[in-house]
Amino acid sequence: MLEGWVVVVASFAYLGLLFAIAYYADQRADAGRSVIASPYIYSLSLAVYATAWTFYGSVGRAASDGVGFLPIYIGPTLMIALWWIVMRKILRISKQNRITSLADFIASRYGKSALLGGVVTVIAIIGILPYISLQLKAVSNAFTIVLQYPEIAMPAKLGTAPVLQDTALSVALLLAAFTIVFGTRHLDAAEHHEGMVAAIAFESLVKLLAFVAVGAWVTWGLFDGFGDIFSRAASDAELRPLLAPLDGVAGGYASWVWLTILSMLAIMFLPRQFQVTVVENKDERHLKKAIWMLPLYMLAINIFVLPLAFGGRLHFGDGMVDADTFVLTLPMAERQELLALIVYIGGLSAATGMVIVETIALSTMACNDLVMPVLLRLRWLRLHEKPDLSGLLLGIRRGAIVLILLLGYVYFRLAGEAYALVSIGLISFAAVAQFAPAALGGIFWKGGTRLGALAGLSAGFAVWLYTLLLPAFARSGWLPIGLLEQGPFGIELLKPLALFGVAGLDQITHAMMWSMAANVGAYVAVSVMFVPGAEEHRQASLFVDVFRQVPEGTQARFWRGTASVPDLYNLLARFMGIDAAAAVLAEHQRERGAPRKPEGLAADAEMVHFVETQLAGVVGAASARILVASVVKEEALSLEEVRTLLDEASQVIVYSHKLEQKSQELERATRELRAANERLQELDRLKDDFVSTVSHELRTPLTSIRAFSEILHDHPGLDAAERSRFLSIIIKETERLTRLINQILDLSRLESGRAAWNESLVDLRQVIEDTVAATSQLFREHGVRIECRLSEPVPRVRADLDRIIQVLMNLLSNAVKFSEPGRGTVAVSLAREGGALRVDVRDNGMGIPPDQHEAVFEKFRQAGGALSGKPQGSGLGLHISRRIVEHFGGRIWVTSAPGEGACFSFTLPLGGRGRLAEAA
Amino acid sequence: MEEFDLRAQRLAALCLLGAALFSYPLLAVFNVPATVLGIPVLYAYFFVAWGALIALMALVIERPD
Repeated sequence: MLEGWVVVVASFAYLGLLFAIAYYADQRADAGRSVIASPYIYSLSLAVYATAWTFYGSVGRAASDGVGFLPIYIGPTLMIALWWIVMRKILRISKQNRITSLADFIASRYGKSALLGGVVTVIAIIGILPYISLQLKAVSNAFTIVLQYPEIAMPAKLGTAPVLQDTALSVALLLAAFTIVFGTRHLDAAEHHEGMVAAIAFESLVKLLAFVAVGAWVTWGLFDGFGDIFSRAASDAELRPLLAPLDGVAGGYASWVWLTILSMLAIMFLPRQFQVTVVENKDERHLKKAIWMLPLYMLAINIFVLPLAFGGRLHFGDGMVDADTFVLTLPMAERQELLALIVYIGGLSAATGMVIVETIALSTMACNDLVMPVLLRLRWLRLHEKPDLSGLLLGIRRGAIVLILLLGYVYFRLAGEAYALVSIGLISFAAVAQFAPAALGGIFWKGGTRLGALAGLSAGFAVWLYTLLLPAFARSGWLPIGLLEQGPFGIELLKPLALFGVAGLDQITHAMMWSMAANVGAYVAVSVMFVPGAEEHRQASLFVDVFRQVPEGTQARFWRGTASVPDLYNLLARFMGIDAAAAVLAEHQRERGAPRKPEGLAADAEMVHFVETQLAGVVGAASARILVASVVKEEALSLEEVRTLLDEASQVIVYSHKLEQKSQELERATRELRAANERLQELDRLKDDFVSTVSHELRTPLTSIRAFSEILHDHPGLDAAERSRFLSIIIKETERLTRLINQILDLSRLESGRAAWNESLVDLRQVIEDTVAATSQLFREHGVRIECRLSEPVPRVRADLDRIIQVLMNLLSNAVKFSEPGRGTVAVSLAREGGALRVDVRDNGMGIPPDQHEAVFEKFRQAGGALSGKPQGSGLGLHISRRIVEHFGGRIWVTSAPGEGACFSFTLPLGGRGRLAEAA
Repeated sequence: MEEFDLRAQRLAALCLLGAALFSYPLLAVFNVPATVLGIPVLYAYFFVAWGALIALMALVIERPD
């Protein structure tokens, strides 16, 4: 089933399917029900990173040096870990400024510089050409190889076809046509290509499944699992070094580190990665899933690379078959026709995905940052008078797509055959890495300037041209090879592969080292040497401080001048179409709450800023700046003015922040004051209650003493027995009065904190035994039985012995009071409970109703009084007990039901009150 | 500052961990001609360490605040 027509039909069917998916997604997007607004689709679309390089090239690289393919995927994993800091910032900036491409991003950061945007675009296009040629080479090779079936023949050995019959050219033209239909069918104001993203996500699935399928087949079908492949490789003298390969690699660990850094930068700054990650991003939160799913995808697609590489070398021996084609030639050699077709489609999907997104990204750059700024400056074109320019924009983009693919083809013809796939791709990686200093410096360092960025980019790119691109042409025979061997004009120091005598490194490490040194050095040096312009200074601030909350309208304050609403409206309409322009302006005015302005009125700064941002979303920041400047009269702000405005803005932020803090503090203070006030009022009330209760409690015994004294005084003739009874009442009441006054004094000392505490280690068991013994007389008098259930010895607690005795006495005397004489039983028990000792005093008296459980501990509350009608005791004992127990960090409470007796319990923490306070 | 929340710091720490895992001298330790379960030590190390790093990243990023 590998006849030519089947392969061709399958290819077109696959491309047709892609187009159908894209069409469907576009329809859904127009209907407002986006299919790509999902973090999973987003993550899959980011996997456009894996191209034909990954699909075919990784195996080729692994077959020659073992692990050399891995840094390309481990680097991005490390970089993606930093995305939460770096990429989130880029996303936020790009959303605010409606960034359309990497060139737009860099140009916008450095004062919307058209020149800088143009330089970035040129570097991107030239730098990416090798990468595109790699895809063309991979696809056309795969096609050629499949057509030779059942022979296994290498395309290089078939000789170079004339240009017009060259498969690679057909592939290039076909892909150009496909990309045009795909990515530039219409001009989207937001520059979102929903259909493209959906198709790319689908392609990511296809290439992963195809690669895993062939990998699994080789591992378990052709061989007997991983172990089998590796053990056979170990017994092969040529393959054995690849099992511990790092020593043998040229440059060893240095090369490894540079490859990792290179791919860390590539995942950020390849134009297509910027396109899918930033420009096509629908929601910042999608980044969360992508941060682990993209690395996981890379891990998955790499698992079978080594088995395929070793399997291919074991199967084909050495030299006959190019290792870059093992993925395809292994199933072909084993007559697995369906699998071979699947692999071919997988490779096609890897290559087309890359080419589509890359050329769309590059064509947007070329249009917005290279061609339009030039055209807009050419007055004789009279572009300012054309009513609708969207057709022109589309035309430029389509032309750029064709041109870029053709240039990619030219590079393939000129230099493609001299290198393996991975080596071609790495040249492009090194080119886009040149964007890193300007882009990363731009979002974290306000000091970076336009001139610095220009100098850095130019220096880095020049070194790249000299150390990587030049040798590629020399090796292909288009430049004299002597250039590499003797240096230009025979100057040894300038040899492109050993600049200034630095030899012994592999080509990429050598080029990266020199170009990064030149790039970063020039960027920093020139940045600090010259004073930036006003616009640059402003943009620097906006980019670096993007996460600071800027008050509404701050950006617009940087503009001063006069403009008219119809002029701005016409400008928007020329690029977005009349309907879209009217719609966004109406939306803008509704959001600001301003009434729709009558035609002819002057536009304010905020509106001018809005129109410029909208335009930037279509033609890029630099072109938008030129366009807006052409229809409004502006006054240039000086650097000093911009600085003042920025300072003001940041001061406003600081002030509002401080104000917020102050008002929060005030609120807190008010809350505390109110609480304190309530507490004071409560205390006041308690004091009043206390005084009146105390007077009442004091008056009761006094009244009875006075009454009986008067009887004795007025009736001297009372008989002796009667007299003695009255006297004993008077004595009893006096005792009660004394006790009451003592307790009140005690309480006042406790409450005021003046009470003296003599703390020592107390053996609670001993204390209970002593107290029970001391009160046994009382119990006998009332005919109440007492039982002690004291467990085994317990640790001693830190407390005041006398106070604890006071508590126990109180509880015991209460128990006696409320027990029925004759059949009352009081049980005292002691046990260890967690980090505390617990004492229970249980009686079988009348009990306490639940609503009184808390009240009995309050001052002058007497359950007894309420229950039996006669007051017994002062009503202060339990309150004092509670204060004592709580002083030692313990707790006292009662459990009871009426008629079933009451159980008073208290605890004392073992470690003293400090320990409990810590635990609490 | 929102930029330097705890999650960002943890992820940055994982990046450093990854940088240490996949460079000299740790790689040299595993660059030996031996096998685990039939798989060369270095390759096994790569994929296990890589997978663990990704798992940690997922854990940090998906953990609710």
